Amino acid sequence: MNESLRNIWTILKRELNGYFASPVAYVFIVIFLLLNGFFTFMLGGFFELGEASLSRPFFNWHPWLYLFLVPAAGMRLWAEERRVGTLELLLTMPVTAAQAIIGKFLACWAFLALALALTFPVVGSVYYLGHPDGGAIFAGYVGSLLLAGSYLAVTVATSAITRNQVISFILSVVICFFLILAGWEPVTSLLVRWAPAGLVELVTGFSVMPHFASFQRGVIDFRDLLFFASVIVFSLFGTSVILRGLRGA
Amino acid sequence: MIDVENLIKEFGPKRAVNGVSFTIRRGEILGFLGPNGAGKSTTMRMITGFFPPTSGRVRIGGHDMAEEPIAAKKLIGYLPESAPCYSDMTVNGFLRFTAELRGMRGAQIDDAVAKVAGLCFLEGVLHQSVDTLSKGYRHRTCFAQSILHDPEVLVLDEPTDGLDPNQKHEVRQIIKRMGQTKAIIFSTHILEEVEACCSRAIIIDRGTVVANGTPAELKARAETAGSVHLRVRNVAAETLKSKLGSLPVAGRVSLQDNTDGSLSARVFPRDKSTRADLSLSVAQTATQSGWSFDELHTEEGRLDDVFRAITLPDSVKTRE
Repeated sequence: MNESLRNIWTILKRELNGYFASPVAYVFIVIFLLLNGFFTFMLGGFFELGEASLSRPFFNWHPWLYLFLVPAAGMRLWAEERRVGTLELLLTMPVTAAQAIIGKFLACWAFLALALALTFPVVGSVYYLGHPDGGAIFAGYVGSLLLAGSYLAVTVATSAITRNQVISFILSVVICFFLILAGWEPVTSLLVRWAPAGLVELVTGFSVMPHFASFQRGVIDFRDLLFFASVIVFSLFGTSVILRGLRGA
Repeated sequence: MIDVENLIKEFGPKRAVNGVSFTIRRGEILGFLGPNGAGKSTTMRMITGFFPPTSGRVRIGGHDMAEEPIAAKKLIGYLPESAPCYSDMTVNGFLRFTAELRGMRGAQIDDAVAKVAGLCFLEGVLHQSVDTLSKGYRHRTCFAQSILHDPEVLVLDEPTDGLDPNQKHEVRQIIKRMGQTKAIIFSTHILEEVEACCSRAIIIDRGTVVANGTPAELKARAETAGSVHLRVRNVAAETLKSKLGSLPVAGRVSLQDNTDGSLSARVFPRDKSTRADLSLSVAQTATQSGWSFDELHTEEGRLDDVFRAITLPDSVKTRE
């Protein structure tokens, strides 16, 4: 393993252990699963729909569920380092800021992936009750994971802006909310009535919704992958700019 | 090992460090002194690569911090001012984490952690979570982290701050021992510490270096340095003053009444060349005149006085 991968791995391990060293991880997972169950079976009308699919009753809620839960999981990543002063320790070690950012991001993403993986009983139910399209479920999970990753990357950036976790949380919720609204149908249909087509397209171009929708339908399109990847890369790059600015460069 | 060249750091319109230059060789322990807000921590943060300087250059063991930050950082052990530790980790976990970032592996980590835990008296708390530790232990944990990889260069920002006298002594011993083979810079407010362990001291004030020399050289700059102090009993003040004042090697004489009825005289040398002969002349005068004296010594000068004289703003000086 080369040196930068090893550094990323060391930082990832520390962060991940950090989640499980405190009750945060367990509280988070329990709430995530409870809310998922509530939305799927109560609000989503899983049984009433009578179709062997997870698209509507399950994945439909994820952009909204993640809106609050992902910033809650990621808000401490840099804010806490800044508050306690360990940022100085970390950045004077022989590691680059990029390695630290990627290590932290991957740690939290892996944690979110674990929480998502624990929703497997929903998949079990749908297989027990009918004959769902396995490919569509798989694509939905991939899309959901990428969606969480995009929100998380935004949270990583907002977390570097401040030493206050609450501010970091609120900022990332607002930004992620914009990422939803820009392409959410009720909003776009309002926009279509008066705005030129070009503007509507530009605004919706920022949104996670149309890209997530195609995953929900079971389509893994290269363009959608590229969209989520670019949101993640852009936000993480922004984080490195923020961290550099912080030190007065 | 540490080469600092004309460092400048500006935060907005404020210039925190203004053209600091110095070199520290292997085997040197440099005491870094200065009033609060003089730019000590900012300078150290630039040396360790946390702050990029506005202009100027830092080289560690020949590696430029701006061009080869990783190579330079590998040589440094750093204790930041607040001695921060990851509070959700155990002491052992924290030390292992930093060891891994320093590129150590497997048994190497076990050995290094065991060694510094012994050196910093952390064996008893190794498996305790950092946030349950007292301040002294947390401080030593962070100090342990800085010497874990046996670095060539040690940068310590107030290493004895918040420690009890025994712990202070221990940390000083470690610094002195490591200083034989490494380049060390540490900042402190405790001037005795500088005399006890430093081979050189730098005083910085409002962002610039105002003094740079061995502790003895700095002390010699004190106003009282080289003066002779004599304490006598049952001698009239006028006699004392006129006899001592008429010595060819003596300059100004000042007297002071002590609470126990004795009288103290401070004789300043006439100029630098008469310094060496002064104490002998005073002693001869005292014995020939039959004065009974119980104290006679040459003042070395105190670092405190030098520090105050150099770093006190002029407005405060005139008020005193």
